[in-house]
Amino acid sequence: MLRRILALMLKELAALWKDPRTRRVLLIPPLVQVVLFAYAANYDVTRVALGVWNEDSGAQSAELVRRFAASPAFHLAAAPQSPAQARQDLDDKKVAAVLHLPQNFSADVLAGRVAAAQLLVDARRSNTALLLQGYAADIVTDYRTDLHPSRTPLVLLSRDWFNPTLESKWFILPGLVCVLSMIMSLLISALALSRERELGTLEQLLVTPLRPLEILLGKAMPGIIVGMLDANMVIAAALLWFRVPFRGDLLLLEAVLVLFTLTGTAIGLAISSIARTQQQGMLGVFVIASPMIVLSGYAAPVENMPPAVEFISRADPVRYMLVASRGLFLQDMTLAVVLQQAWPMAIIALVMLAVAGVMVRRAVA
Amino acid sequence: MSPAVMRLRGLLRKEMKHVVRDPSAMLIAFLMPLVLLLVLGFGISFDAHHMPIALVADAPDQEVRGLIQAMDASPYLSVQRAASVHDAEAALAAGRVRGIVVLRADFMQHLTRSAAWPATAALEVNATDPNTAQILTGYVDGAFEVWFAGQSQEQRLRAGGGIDLQIRDWFNPELRSADAIVPGVIAMVMTMAGTLLTAGGVSREWEHGTMESLLASPAHLGEMILARLGCNFALGIGSMLVSLLLATVLFHVPFRGSLMPLVIAVSLFLVFALGWGLFISTLTRSTFVASQMAFLTTMMPALMLSGMVFDIAAMPQWLQLVTYFVPARYLVSILQTVMLAGDVWPVILPNMAALAAAATLAVTGTVLVTRRRLD
Repeated sequence: MLRRILALMLKELAALWKDPRTRRVLLIPPLVQVVLFAYAANYDVTRVALGVWNEDSGAQSAELVRRFAASPAFHLAAAPQSPAQARQDLDDKKVAAVLHLPQNFSADVLAGRVAAAQLLVDARRSNTALLLQGYAADIVTDYRTDLHPSRTPLVLLSRDWFNPTLESKWFILPGLVCVLSMIMSLLISALALSRERELGTLEQLLVTPLRPLEILLGKAMPGIIVGMLDANMVIAAALLWFRVPFRGDLLLLEAVLVLFTLTGTAIGLAISSIARTQQQGMLGVFVIASPMIVLSGYAAPVENMPPAVEFISRADPVRYMLVASRGLFLQDMTLAVVLQQAWPMAIIALVMLAVAGVMVRRAVA
Repeated sequence: MSPAVMRLRGLLRKEMKHVVRDPSAMLIAFLMPLVLLLVLGFGISFDAHHMPIALVADAPDQEVRGLIQAMDASPYLSVQRAASVHDAEAALAAGRVRGIVVLRADFMQHLTRSAAWPATAALEVNATDPNTAQILTGYVDGAFEVWFAGQSQEQRLRAGGGIDLQIRDWFNPELRSADAIVPGVIAMVMTMAGTLLTAGGVSREWEHGTMESLLASPAHLGEMILARLGCNFALGIGSMLVSLLLATVLFHVPFRGSLMPLVIAVSLFLVFALGWGLFISTLTRSTFVASQMAFLTTMMPALMLSGMVFDIAAMPQWLQLVTYFVPARYLVSILQTVMLAGDVWPVILPNMAALAAAATLAVTGTVLVTRRRLD
């Protein structure tokens, strides 16, 4: 039995490898994506275009404007002189926010009254808007503290664990390990059976001594191998090029990744066993892959989803792999917590392999 | 009827039959937008709510009760008491809480006595997800300020004067991330639907050997491409309508601009996406390679480089240059503006010009590649 599976596996790998275009598709795009997406995935808000509408001519308003200009979060891009102009600049996306200081701002500060400043924010991009408000509030608070050091009764000191400098790359790269290897193992396995069916060679395969289970296992190997290859390429890039720390057990990560790529391959084979043509198989991958990536928590936290969607995301293997990958990279996750992530993946893999098995057996009958 | 029109009609009928016989085209045009919008619209949310945090207070209960109430009153936080810093840190490491607030025993004394140094509270945040960490810090900060504002007159007077920063969020006052994300999702759906509709078609003709017979027919190259684009274009417009309907009815995304610029922009974009699919499948001649290329060049770039989730202005300079080659970027910009702000022509027109250029390039590329393949 083992020899038969091995033979089929070699045939599958040879089929992938013999075509130079396929070979290139397997290796180059993942590398390009790692570089592009690791740099793209940036929640940091830096050098946002700020318009300053300053109606006050005093030193205090000038100082506040200077502090905004000096902050890495903002750079001064416009100086509107009227509400209409401020509105226009925001509409045209010339600036992302406008700081408005009214006429008596400096006088109020000097007199110890409450001086009102206004920040108009373009909230078309809600996340940027939220972070931007935080930075603006920090600048104002700092200025207030410097004005009246003895009158500041309350200070909240915050410390960020596991990622003290809030590097977005430390968050995104461990996620990219999962996402890219999932895409590759899905794509490779999803067309495996449908291609044989479309070209009429599935019948030939079925009349060989290979049993359906053996066919599935043989067809699964290339997906696992390529998925692991791509995952390790991303890991290497993360550690050597992007200098993401690795605090957990690398062997443990590799072990979970094998299970994870098996799960991805099993899902791909299930799609492949249902699809009649390669185009249908490809469509299946497209329809299933984007929800899997989005619902995993790769871009936005799972806890923010509505309860029904959060429930659906429990059937998403990427969700579990993400927790394990980020945990092992950044915080030395314990074996027990990793195992909690591993068993749901194992269940998903078994269910999907069963679906594929049933569908292939039905093809025999 | 001129022979050219007759040939075109014949080709169109052939393409229609492909659509009717194989359900995948209908699935791509109508089912995929539905699934993607539902999943992505609900799935990508930066609207944090009830983030669990642990409170470790050495100070007596009655003194900090007000503070706990202020934090619990925030819809973004959910506070639980922890017995010790050690317990709270274990919960933080296991992911059960997102942050810890620590109040020392002398916290209230510092606040009430007119001391020279301020009362200090500590906040520890799990920053594995730096974005959520920053948002959490902001909310805890806000809860402290709300609580402090409700303290006795005497204390507030001591804080004195100062500056009050009022923030107004335009276009999306509640900062709902669906308003920002859903227009982006429509762009993503259009990229994938457009490219997929055509990517499988030509390579299948090559694999089945029917391309030669098609080429031997009197139909011209341009007519073949036109028929293929035209048939799928209708499907693509259908999937745009499904997406727009869902966005406004289900996600309550406002629609402040007019339909006309939107339809023009989507049409231009569709021509690009369909042309790109044709280009890929003509270039590769193999469904396997074509599907890989279609997948890798549409979905992930549209998600990561279009400005839908990640701010393009925050990317390094060289990468900002790369995003100019991702047409989804222009569509996202137009969709966000038309839906949330209105018909702002200084934003719409340059982006539309870029889309027109992309569409022209994709179609020209297809024509050139097909011609070369014939030799």
